[in-house]
Amino acid sequence: MSMTFERPMPVKTPTSAPFWDALAQHKIAIQYSPSSDAWVFYPRVRAPRTLADDLVWREISGAGTLYTYTVARRPVSPHFADAVPQILAIVQWDEGPRFSTELVNIAVEDIEIGMRVRPVFVDYPEHDVTMLRYEPS
Amino acid sequence: MGLRGDAAIVGYVELPPERMNRSGLAPFVLEQWAELSAAALDDAGLPAESVNGIVTSHLAESELFVPSTIAEYLGVDANFAELLDLGGASAAGMVWRAAAAIELGLCDVVLCALPARYITAMSEKKPRALTDAVFFGASSNQYGSPQAEFEIPYGNIGQNGPYGQVAHRYGAEYGYDERAMAKIVVDQRVNANHTEGAIWKDTPLTVEDVLASPVIADPLHMLEIVMPCVGGAAVVVAGADYARRSKNRPVWIKGFGEHVPYKTPTYARDLLATPMLKVADQAFGMTSLTRADMDMVSIYDCYSITVLLSLEDAGFCEKGKGMQFVADHDLTFRGDFPVNTAGGQLGFGQAGLAGGMHHVCDATRQIMGRAGAAQVADCNRAFVSGNGGILSEQTALILQGD
Repeated sequence: MSMTFERPMPVKTPTSAPFWDALAQHKIAIQYSPSSDAWVFYPRVRAPRTLADDLVWREISGAGTLYTYTVARRPVSPHFADAVPQILAIVQWDEGPRFSTELVNIAVEDIEIGMRVRPVFVDYPEHDVTMLRYEPS
Repeated sequence: MGLRGDAAIVGYVELPPERMNRSGLAPFVLEQWAELSAAALDDAGLPAESVNGIVTSHLAESELFVPSTIAEYLGVDANFAELLDLGGASAAGMVWRAAAAIELGLCDVVLCALPARYITAMSEKKPRALTDAVFFGASSNQYGSPQAEFEIPYGNIGQNGPYGQVAHRYGAEYGYDERAMAKIVVDQRVNANHTEGAIWKDTPLTVEDVLASPVIADPLHMLEIVMPCVGGAAVVVAGADYARRSKNRPVWIKGFGEHVPYKTPTYARDLLATPMLKVADQAFGMTSLTRADMDMVSIYDCYSITVLLSLEDAGFCEKGKGMQFVADHDLTFRGDFPVNTAGGQLGFGQAGLAGGMHHVCDATRQIMGRAGAAQVADCNRAFVSGNGGILSEQTALILQGD
């Protein structure tokens, strides 16, 4: 018996829809809590820490720095069997929050923690979703 | 704040781990719970009728109402019945909850068991759903789960990747000595070589062997990562009256810590400031003991980097100097700073969730004087750490003999 494993794709929720809808337009929007002057990611119904009910959506550039990364030499699951070596990255946006993503368009030996990175928008029309990856800027 | 310290671990059982891919069919997990309980009580020399509390983790056979299902099966009239879901931090978390229940006067004797033989009988008449956990590890792929939406689609799954990210960040901030990281594994292997039941009992290891093993998630090598095993472990925690009647030297639970700030390390305020900073201060703050008073430490070791960060953040060495500390000290049972004297999970084997209980059993064996060839001379005080997820939920115990 052979099993096929489709890539797990993001499915937006009522709360997160503005983030995914912005990505579809190749823009990045995240939440901001004015009462604590804090940017928030991932999308929530209330601000973490204060639980303030004042979250608003704001567009950001998406520019950031590479906080850390690893290179998965073995597939992280059968769904990613064709993805190795996969560069699993954490990007810190200039506004502060961090984002789980993948680095693309770079050789492994050229990666440096702290390097500047910029968004790469990858459209998946068959899944009605745009994913956000990163490359050196 | 804290415990009086008059509840004790009085008996234990730890099954020898078996490799996951070679393990045979096991009894149902509920049945394993009963067998582990009987063995731990037998070790303590206490009657089953004395038990009036249980602390458990999940059961394969029951998603809900787990504590009452276990109490009913065992025939325990429980005054305290708790389900804990802290991954590898659960074991130490179970032990302090048991001690607290005893000190509050709720219970006399509490069973804490973690059955971990996962391949159990199936029936075509009751097919079992192939759950996401099989492929997505500790992440949830269900609609509405933050992990399903913002992590899994980018391959942020399981443990190897995130721990590799932590190790890389450590290297960028403090520098990285891969030989020191390998030495953690090698020193623990010496301990495993002297411990009955250890999965690597008969296999010595060198730093070169570790560095020659394949890189799984940069910079971590295969031999810096635990091997999946099955097994199981349980301890009996009792109040002073029962502790005095047990067969073993009581191992008093003097202090504990627990801290749970996040699920996924992407969202840690500082990836290298682990919850252990607060956990260890809380635990030592309950006692009159210091770091220097510890005769051995048993540190949760799913990865080499977990040991390094835990030693630093628990205060056994300076932040950022852990690599030097490891290089400068002999971490074996006969060394100047004994760590994971039964091999740790890297050397003894990680029997699933029971892996956290390995460290409780390790310290208990030492203080009871039952560690055999790996006995630390005159061992009376120990520090035990627990770690769940990716440094995201941590616990600690401070244990002491009379």
